[in-house]
Amino acid sequence: MSKKILVVGSGPIIIGQAAEFDYSGTQGCLALREEGYDVVLVNNNPATIMTDHTVADTVYCEPLTVPSLTAIIEKERPEALLAGLGGQTALNLAVELHKAEILKKYNVELLGTSVESIQKGEDRELFRELMSELNQPVPESQVIVTVSEAKQFADRVGYPVISRPAYTLGGRGGGIAETEEELKELIHNGLKASPIHQVIIEKSIAGFKEIEYEIMRDTNGTCISVCNMENFDPVGVHTGDSIVTAPSQTLSDQEYQMLRTASFDIVSALDVIGGCNVQLALDPHSKKYYVIEVNPRVSRSSALASKATGYPIAKLATKVALGYTLDQLQNPLTGHTYASFEPALDYTVVKFPRWPFDKFSEADRKLGTKMRATGEVMAIDRTLEGAFQKAVQSLDTVIPPLTDLHKHLTLPTDLRYFAIVELLRQGKSIEEIHQSTHIDLFFLNVVNNLVEMENTLASHTVESVPEGVLKLAKLYSFTDQSIADLLGCEENSLAEVRKSYGIVPAFKMVDTCAAEFEAATNYVYSTYAGVNEIEPLKGSKKALIIGSGPIRIGQGVEFDYSAVKAIESLQAAGWTTIMINNNPETVSTDYETADRLYFDPIQKEVIASIVEHENIDLVFTQFGGQTAINMAEELEEAGIPLAGVSTDMLDGLEDRDRFYSSLKELNIPHVEGSTCHTKNEALEAASHYSYPILCRPSYVIGGQGMVKVMNEKELKQALQETDDRHYPIVLDQFMTGKEVEVDLVADGERIFIPEVMEHIEPAGVHSGDSMAIFPSSLPAYVKEAVTEYSEKIVRHSKYKGIMNIQFLWSGENVYVLEVNPRSSRTVPIISKVSGISLVDLAVRLLIEDPACDLAAVPAPSWSHVAVKYPLFSSHALPEIDHKLGANMQSTGEGMCLGSTVAEALAKVFSHLPDIQLHPESCFIEADHDYEDQKNLTFEEWIQTDEAAIYVNDQVTPAAKEKRIQALKYGITVFSEPSTFEAYLESLTIKNAEPTPLPGNITEGVR
Amino acid sequence: MQGYLHLQNGQSFKGKVSSNWGGDVQGEIVFFTGMTGYQEVLTDPSYKDQIVVFTYPLIGNYGINDIDSESKEIQVSGVVMFHCAHQASHHEASVSLSDYLNANQVPFITEVDTREVTKAIRKDGTRQAVVSDKKEVHFLKPKAGQIYQTENIEIEEFGEGDMHIGLIDFGWKKSILTSFVNRGIKVTAVPFSKAHQLKNLSLDGLVLSNGPGDPKDAQEHLSDIKSLLESLPSFGICMGHQIIALAYGADTHKLSFGHRGANHPVKDAVTGKVFMSSQNHNYVVAEESLLSTPLSKRFLNVNDGSIEGLEHSQKPILSVQFHPEAHPGPADAEWLFEHFISLITNKKGEEVHV
Repeated sequence: MSKKILVVGSGPIIIGQAAEFDYSGTQGCLALREEGYDVVLVNNNPATIMTDHTVADTVYCEPLTVPSLTAIIEKERPEALLAGLGGQTALNLAVELHKAEILKKYNVELLGTSVESIQKGEDRELFRELMSELNQPVPESQVIVTVSEAKQFADRVGYPVISRPAYTLGGRGGGIAETEEELKELIHNGLKASPIHQVIIEKSIAGFKEIEYEIMRDTNGTCISVCNMENFDPVGVHTGDSIVTAPSQTLSDQEYQMLRTASFDIVSALDVIGGCNVQLALDPHSKKYYVIEVNPRVSRSSALASKATGYPIAKLATKVALGYTLDQLQNPLTGHTYASFEPALDYTVVKFPRWPFDKFSEADRKLGTKMRATGEVMAIDRTLEGAFQKAVQSLDTVIPPLTDLHKHLTLPTDLRYFAIVELLRQGKSIEEIHQSTHIDLFFLNVVNNLVEMENTLASHTVESVPEGVLKLAKLYSFTDQSIADLLGCEENSLAEVRKSYGIVPAFKMVDTCAAEFEAATNYVYSTYAGVNEIEPLKGSKKALIIGSGPIRIGQGVEFDYSAVKAIESLQAAGWTTIMINNNPETVSTDYETADRLYFDPIQKEVIASIVEHENIDLVFTQFGGQTAINMAEELEEAGIPLAGVSTDMLDGLEDRDRFYSSLKELNIPHVEGSTCHTKNEALEAASHYSYPILCRPSYVIGGQGMVKVMNEKELKQALQETDDRHYPIVLDQFMTGKEVEVDLVADGERIFIPEVMEHIEPAGVHSGDSMAIFPSSLPAYVKEAVTEYSEKIVRHSKYKGIMNIQFLWSGENVYVLEVNPRSSRTVPIISKVSGISLVDLAVRLLIEDPACDLAAVPAPSWSHVAVKYPLFSSHALPEIDHKLGANMQSTGEGMCLGSTVAEALAKVFSHLPDIQLHPESCFIEADHDYEDQKNLTFEEWIQTDEAAIYVNDQVTPAAKEKRIQALKYGITVFSEPSTFEAYLESLTIKNAEPTPLPGNITEGVR
Repeated sequence: MQGYLHLQNGQSFKGKVSSNWGGDVQGEIVFFTGMTGYQEVLTDPSYKDQIVVFTYPLIGNYGINDIDSESKEIQVSGVVMFHCAHQASHHEASVSLSDYLNANQVPFITEVDTREVTKAIRKDGTRQAVVSDKKEVHFLKPKAGQIYQTENIEIEEFGEGDMHIGLIDFGWKKSILTSFVNRGIKVTAVPFSKAHQLKNLSLDGLVLSNGPGDPKDAQEHLSDIKSLLESLPSFGICMGHQIIALAYGADTHKLSFGHRGANHPVKDAVTGKVFMSSQNHNYVVAEESLLSTPLSKRFLNVNDGSIEGLEHSQKPILSVQFHPEAHPGPADAEWLFEHFISLITNKKGEEVHV
């Protein structure tokens, strides 16, 4: 039997820990299997590729806690543990397992960087000690207990200074002081906020250049810097919230090497084995620098560095952890040079964060030391102008109208870049903007070049625009559409003129070595700089799979799962697969996933050029979430062959009027509703219904802007807040009941439904935010109705491929709520629990595989039941009330298995105390007869150590305030009685057994 | 103005020649893959007469300063870039790259698909190239003997200290000199063609510098140099390394397209450790030619296995093909200076004991 290695994943996606760990984890697991190890994976994020059996031998979707991991270690008896791939979560667990002597007890070796080194890197005090030993400068700081001490410190190091009150949650009471007056107030409040009356005061280095190095180190002590990166935003904005360029742009060789050497010294002193990220701050006016922090593991930045350079950090870090030295490992991109080298780029890379503020109108958009982005995009081009433009195009978002532009500069927000663009358009100078932002003039100049190009184009017509201008505009990656808009012409006529000048896109290679060595890579990007060097792939049948872009609320890693699974199925069927995506965190943008990867914005012009260049047979839009399906109409108009969908079919399912009339025709019950194109139409339509009414805008992801209104006043307010582009608005009669959904595969006539999924929270809560049970335990008549209606819908639309339908079970009736003609959020869960890959079936139907017969698919057998649950990144969005509603707010989801629903629930809630034993841990403000704590007011209770569960389902402003307050204190908030009841049900189980996902590869061998 | 880069096999690339165009320029074409360090490259005497292609597309971002040049003037004969910055954004910068090149009448060409040029060099090797504003050009006979231009005419002394090192000059980089001077060592630089004059200076050690072109250009001075090597702890860098090999009877040959950049992995045959090195050379020591010499391989290139450094079997003689002084590129091999100084100190110690 081969050696068994336990790998710990990073768990559900939360802000700060997203899909990048699926990418690194998948790479790591595959690397272990390549070396012949048996991989046991623990990760309770079902939406990931890494929790698929093609990646790990045994998969546990179990809580990432010490007791749960101990039980798994006890059961599986692995020889070693690999924790460096699962982010902070896995690293912390490794340290805790070490402290609890579990690793020692079961004789489990920790691979890679040692616990001692991890602690030195992570613990603030140990880290400062080490830096002082190494003579590496860190920003000066001091623990103070009086205002006058703070003043002395500030006088010595200079303003501004940062105050961090000790032992407060979420940086409460802290801040930055520019003047003595501000300092006095800040420290006064800070000391008050600190339970131990103590403040750590630190010299502010805001305004310094923020630079990162991604370092690899092996057991032989060989260090390499895979990539360095420079932030567009100076120190002050979290690097996860910063626009980042690779390589650094404004550092001289002296500075580049100085910081690289410092990074090597630190990583070597920490004795890191594997990957390590080092963040530094460089004074823009001298060679003075500070070390900000070190992450002795793969990270978001290492995923970005891997995609920016082509160097697979996680894969090689895993091999290094197994004892290989870098010079023993091949550089997979060239195939004949070695991993002990530093990539040379002959292009530039821009990373742009994707924030969730489009979902949260009430959120505070200010950026600071706490990361708030849910995802990011990356763009590659030969000019920075081009890379910036491509990155912005990849965001797949609409920038709201900006007011008070200057405010975005001094107090950075997610909109700062766009405010800068706007100010430059208004004629502000880059020097003025530099004054208030400290953004390097080099970068501002790049942005200004774009604005100047806009102005030049706007001064021309399509007839008058000179060839050189057009060429430069394309070099800067302006889309044909945007150029046409500036010239005041149709996109088509501009495209014709452009082509007549011979200005056409080229494709170039990412090869890690700037063409120094011959490389046979399949990692390419489009550019208008230079000639094409990419030959179309050979293959009789070629598929282009459209990815889902950046991770955001409503469109997470689950869509990457579908895209990757689609690629695997197509490859198995003998197709040549080509992927287009722009999210550096994902497995789909690992150049080893598809036969070729185009790292480019998902937009019609680029897709059309790839289709033409590669002579694509079929474009797949069902596996990249709403982003991909939204492309269908434009692609069809451009005459591009789509797999299984047509605009007319999509319209028939998504246009409410057409959809409802076909449901009527099919005799399928649906909730009453109408489509309204204007505000007045909506008010008129509402008068025919009784409140509450569900008001949903069009063309949105994850129910953005969707709201349940209780009366006309609320409706008016909701309409007021809705953008024109989100019309038509659909008004549905709100009905109470249970939500039920299915993911099905259809061949145009027949369907296959593995089972039905049942929501725990009632209708009105977005499906992405509700807990759900799969397979359901619904009465047979409900399941029959669901199957019957699904079949009718499929037959009527002759739909082929994968589809998600949501139903409402109310009284004796089942109503259809909506149809999503694409792979959905729940597909990975259903596939993993049932052991049947829905994506694989769908792909085979779409490519008309004659061997794929839906009638012959065996009904799955169920050994366990799964409960999926949402996670809200309240740590990063502390000002948001996560009261469940129609607008999706969760950033990720988890899943646990059990032999009963109660057992699965017991795992989901295993981190919570039992309120039957500890009533003091719970505070209930809902209609419930459970016993909670007795004597304290809410304000007193949240201060107690025992406070853990807060139940409040009210909609009053006071309730909202309290929920927010509770979340800030790290308390679990139940805003729906049904969720709380699920928790109570979980208490009936005392000993939950670890349960692997069905279908283990090694099953039966044991 | 539209311009061309013509390679001597018929391949031509379109681009834009510099505004201060002074006429066609011919030279050996080489590419540099480092993403920073253009100022050091342009002023490194080892690039004498060469046309340098920068593979990173944005060159000149941080301008040119008064500190980082490796010699007093620009050494390259022409520059090929995708984009050359007209503005400098750096607190140390005194002039933009384009102004600097124009002021020094160094022709350059931009908007060239530098990746394609690099691939052409990689495929068919280093060769002569012409930067021109004309569609067709005639190639002249390549220049040779660059070291006779880059060696300084005078003997010069630098720094103060108890230890005194002789620097045999084939066109030294400033960073080699400062690597010693900053460690409190007195350095006397002597043109290689006057190497015999070093005999009269009671030296503690000898350093053989980098330099441009073919090491065999120094053929007639090898015996003088060898007699110095025999008597002093010696350290050869780049061309200096090749000269040591030649002096002991080994051979050198020309690589197809050389090693240039900041990311070349070198393995230490003694410790097994791999480090990144700064490199710039066309010629290498032929491994098979070492058999009959007292020299053996100390360092090797991880990528192509070529020789990156030698050690003498009895004498304190060490040589490296790469640039431990960095500038541009990583300083991972800086320890070699300490190592060499310790060789001198040990030798001195021995002498005292004897």
